[in-house]
Amino acid sequence: MEPPEPSEPRVVLSARGLRRDFAGFVAVRNVDLDLYHGNIHALIGPNGAGKTTVFNLLTKFLPPTSGRIELLGHDITRTSPAKVARMGLVRSFQISAVFPHLSVLDNVRVALQRPGGLSVQFWRSLSALDRLTPRAEELLRSVGLDDAKNRPAADLSYGRKRVLEIATTLALDPKMLLLDEPMAGMGHEDVRTVSDIIRSVAKERAVLMVEHNLTVVADLCDWITVMQRGEILAAGDYATVSRDERVRIAYMGTADE
Amino acid sequence: MAELSLRETRAKSSVWLEWTLVGLGILTLLVAPFFVYPIFLMKMLCFALFACAFNLLLGYTGLLSFGHATFFGGAAYFTAYAVKVWGWPPEAGILLGALGAALLGLVMGFFAIRRQGIYFAMITLALSQMFFFFCVQAPFTGGEDGIQGVPRGKLLGMLDLNVSINIYYFVLAVFLIGVFAIWRIINSPFGMILRSIRENESRAISLGYSVANYKLAAFVMSATLAGLAGALKAIVFQFATLTDVTWQMSGEVILMTLLGGIGTMVGPIIGASLVVGLENTLATSSFPVTIATGLTFMVCVLVFRRGIVGEVYARFLGPKGDAKD
Repeated sequence: MEPPEPSEPRVVLSARGLRRDFAGFVAVRNVDLDLYHGNIHALIGPNGAGKTTVFNLLTKFLPPTSGRIELLGHDITRTSPAKVARMGLVRSFQISAVFPHLSVLDNVRVALQRPGGLSVQFWRSLSALDRLTPRAEELLRSVGLDDAKNRPAADLSYGRKRVLEIATTLALDPKMLLLDEPMAGMGHEDVRTVSDIIRSVAKERAVLMVEHNLTVVADLCDWITVMQRGEILAAGDYATVSRDERVRIAYMGTADE
Repeated sequence: MAELSLRETRAKSSVWLEWTLVGLGILTLLVAPFFVYPIFLMKMLCFALFACAFNLLLGYTGLLSFGHATFFGGAAYFTAYAVKVWGWPPEAGILLGALGAALLGLVMGFFAIRRQGIYFAMITLALSQMFFFFCVQAPFTGGEDGIQGVPRGKLLGMLDLNVSINIYYFVLAVFLIGVFAIWRIINSPFGMILRSIRENESRAISLGYSVANYKLAAFVMSATLAGLAGALKAIVFQFATLTDVTWQMSGEVILMTLLGGIGTMVGPIIGASLVVGLENTLATSSFPVTIATGLTFMVCVLVFRRGIVGEVYARFLGPKGDAKD
C-alpha cells in the first residue's frame, strides 16, 4: 500500500493484524491500516462489515483480541481510551454525542477544560472557566455556531449537533480525528458545511471517517479502505476502488439506493 | 433575538427569586427554634444534609447508591466512640466521623464505580450489608445496644452544647457549611465535568476524561458529607445505633431525595423535612409510619415525577439547567 502523497507524509496512526472476536464470532480480522497527516481516509463497506468495530478498536473503546496499534510511534494497544484521547486520538460517535442539557458554549468549554488542571478544581466558582470562553467562541465561529452559543445543545438541529460535536473535538486539537458517519441523516446543506469543515481541519491532522454517502467519499477522501465481513477487501483512491470488480459486487452494486 | 433576551430576563429574575428564597429560608431556620421543638429541627437538618450529600451523587453525577447508610451510620459510630470512650471534644469527634466516612466511601466507591446502573446499586447495597453485619459483630459498636450516653461536651472547650439553643445553632452552622460545600462542588469546574459525565459518559471519555476517577472523587465527597450528617446526629441524639446503618436508612434517603426533587439544591432539604415531619407526626398515632411514607412515595412517583421542587421549577421558573428531564 503506497502512501498517497509524494512528499513522504507522516504516519500518525498505524494498525497491524487487528483482530477482534466476540464469543466465537470473528468481527474483524487481519486489518492493517496506515493513516497519514493531512489526509482524509475513508472506511467503507456494507452494514456489518466491521467498520464501527475497527473504530472502537482504534480508539481503545474495545480491546483487540490480537494485533498492534501505534499512535505517532507509541504502542497504544493496551492503553485506556481516555489516555489515547489525551495523546491526541479523538473520535466522534455514530449517534450524535453532545451534552444535551449543557449550553453550546459549555459543550466546547468542557473539552477545553482538561489542560491546566481546571477539571479537578471543585473549590472554585464556575467563573474560573471564563478564561476559556474566547477560545470556545472562536471555535464556534469557525464552524458557524456562534449565534447559538447560549442555547442548550438539545435545541440544535441534527446537522448542527454534528457540527457542534466536531467543534468540541477540535477543541482538543487532536492529531488524529476519527469520525463515525459524520454525515448520516443530514440534509444537503449540512453535508456541504460539514464537508468543508472536515476538509479544512484535515490540513493539520489525519482524519479517518466511516461514511455511507459515496458522493461525499468521492469528493472528500484521499484514500479509501473497503471492508467486507470483517476483512479488508480493497484499498486505494476512489478511482481504483470503484473499478475493483469485488468491490462492485460487494458494495457498489447495492449502494445506489 | 427577542426570544433570547426574554429568556435572559427570565433567567435573571428567577436567580433573584432564588436568592431571596434562600435568604428567607436561612432566616426561618434562625428563628425556628423559638417556635418549634429544637430536637425535631436538628433531626430535620441532619437528614436534610444527608439527603443533599446523597443528591450530589444521584442528581449531579447520575449514580444511584443503595449503600449510603454505611457513611451516615458509620460516621455516627466513629464520632460516638471517639467522644465517649476517648473523651474527644465534639468538633474533633465530628471531624473523625466525616473522615472515617470518606475512607469507607473510598473503599466502597473503588469497587462500585466499575459497574453501571443497577449493578452499581447492587454492589453498594451488598457492601453496605457487609458493613451492617460488621457493626452487629464488632465489639466497639455495642451490637444491638449501640453506643449510648454520648456526652455533647463543649464546642472548642467554650460553648456548652448541652444548652439546646447552643447546639441548635451549631448544627445549623454545620448544615449551612455542608450545603454550601455541595453547592460549591456542583457549580465548580469539577462539577461541570460531573455533569458532562452524567449527560454522556462515552463522550466524556472520548474527550480524554478518566471518568472512573471523577466518579470516585464524587463518591468520596458524597460519602464524606453524608458522614458529616451522621456524625452530627450522633452528637445531637447522644447515641449511635444499628438503625442508621440498615438498608432501610439507605432507602429512606433515596425517598427523601426523590420526593424533594433530584438534581435541585433545595429539593432534598424539602424532601427530608417532609419525611422527618411525617415520621414525627405519626410516631404518636397508631398508623404505621412505613405505610404513610410508602403512600407518599407512590403519589410522588405518579403525580409529580420531578419531585416537589423539580415540579415547581418546571411549572413556574422555566426549565432549569440541572434538572434532568
